[in-house]
Amino acid sequence: MAQLIDDDPRIIEFDVRTDEMLVNMGPQHPSTHGVLRLVLRTDGEIVSEVEPHIGYLHRCAEKIGENLTARQWIPYTDRMDYLAAMNMNLGWSLAVEKLMQYQVSERARHLRVLIAEMGRIASHLVGMGAYGLDLGTFSPFLYAFREREKILDLFEEACGARLTYSYITVGGLTADLPPGWLRKCEEFLDQFEPVIQEYHSLLTTNAIFVKRTAAIGVMSPELAIEYGCSGPVLRGSGVDQDMRRDGESIYTAMYDGYAFEVAVMKNGHYPRDHAYPPVPTDAVLGDCWHRFFVRMLEVVQSMDLVRQAIDRYSACKGPLGEPVKLTEKIPAGDAYLETECPKGQMGFYLVSDGSAIPWRVRARSSSFSNLAVTHELCRGCLIADVPAIVGSLDIVMGEIDR
Amino acid sequence: MRGPGFLEQLEQALPGAVSGSRLDALDPWIEVAPERLVDVCRWLREKSEVRFDALECITAIDWFEPDPKKAAKVTWQPHTELVYHLWSTASRVSIVLKVKLPRWKGDVPGQLPEVGSVSGVWRGANWHEREVYDLSGVMFTGHPDLRRILCPEDWEGYPLRKDYEQPIEYHGIRGR
Repeated sequence: MAQLIDDDPRIIEFDVRTDEMLVNMGPQHPSTHGVLRLVLRTDGEIVSEVEPHIGYLHRCAEKIGENLTARQWIPYTDRMDYLAAMNMNLGWSLAVEKLMQYQVSERARHLRVLIAEMGRIASHLVGMGAYGLDLGTFSPFLYAFREREKILDLFEEACGARLTYSYITVGGLTADLPPGWLRKCEEFLDQFEPVIQEYHSLLTTNAIFVKRTAAIGVMSPELAIEYGCSGPVLRGSGVDQDMRRDGESIYTAMYDGYAFEVAVMKNGHYPRDHAYPPVPTDAVLGDCWHRFFVRMLEVVQSMDLVRQAIDRYSACKGPLGEPVKLTEKIPAGDAYLETECPKGQMGFYLVSDGSAIPWRVRARSSSFSNLAVTHELCRGCLIADVPAIVGSLDIVMGEIDR
Repeated sequence: MRGPGFLEQLEQALPGAVSGSRLDALDPWIEVAPERLVDVCRWLREKSEVRFDALECITAIDWFEPDPKKAAKVTWQPHTELVYHLWSTASRVSIVLKVKLPRWKGDVPGQLPEVGSVSGVWRGANWHEREVYDLSGVMFTGHPDLRRILCPEDWEGYPLRKDYEQPIEYHGIRGR
């Protein structure tokens, strides 16, 4: 923890005790990322308790899934984490393929890596830009969306949609890439690479940003694990876990032969430390700054993976393969699969009675678990730190409420 | 850990707690007696060789066929099944726990089936159990704050049960 000095607002506030007050934040508050409602119990500026209220976007997608075939449910997964719909499609497709024991073609495998990692970049850009907004700086948001637009343009060219793609589907992908797409994608990467330095100067090393995030909302690795946190939230606490490397073989096989290092601090260093700005001295492992920084590192990591995927995909001359029939029967049994989505580990569970329509579908949302930890992180912080902490968890309500 | 040694250790530590298992399934699972669930979870988290330190997901499956024609053909008895997906961060393995409960406690419609809460074992279970209570209607005894989480607090019924009927009207909003 950073040293508390006498003029620290927390010290001053503790001296002037007033009556406790219940403050309602949201569900239409701009910094609550959608329709999240937080009820704060405050004493002056100090928050003694935070209680998240969720469910404003609930539409019982799991019940809908019990009335559709597995492939028909793909568009509903789009609307869970709508900022990384490609990764949601992939998670559900792989879970169904796991139960069907279906293997996609080599070419489809590389194309899936390519698309999923592009989706990760797009999602982290929103996470980064919106986090700037939460902390009161508007420009990084515009810088982030400028680049995200280009990714959406590429996605639109590939599948026709800009947000809810349904591109990756059970048995492969709905279409192959149009001619010239790879060249455009490479052009984007070449143009995007130097831009990351701009983000670092706008946010990562910005003195005000560091003051707002360093040593705020520190989460111990034990706490993160106990709450089932995952993704950048878990890795920001120094836990070395990434489903792309540690997950089940049907998922890790996708990344076979790809070189990447999990973005986590090990022995006081992040992988390839030299290329990035140094960790500020105030920052503590597990605080908001580290969670943010892990996302920035993953943007670069995903860029690397996209480049590798482009090479492999274009070297692969085999057929892409056709997706399974819409009414394909699924063998009886159950299967659970977690994939590494930008927000964390997204799990899909499928129970089948042997017909085409699943008996039960279940979506384990990463943001749901990540948000559940808020009340632990916010205990004793200042009101102004609440958006900083919630923003650093990078939640999406569509996925929490399902 | 997926070998038979693991099961024997569990059987030795908590005799009679395991009522079935399939370690060669797609996701290896063990079936646990409902009254021993909390003990088994505590053992898996604190005592077993592989420490299952993370609870990933709790799912309730309603095994009930509302259509009498189809119900005559099914091979199972109506029941509610709870499925717990556990994960070990250090060993990077998972295990699935299954618990069979009656659909209603004592077969009295409206009386929710009960099972011990594991929120004392993993604090993260708190919200997951609230969700299962909310959508599938399972009572977790010993839960610190068992309220609806996704549906409004005055919502009636448990939407993920197979015999759920959507309300016609809710506070003046037409449902169907």
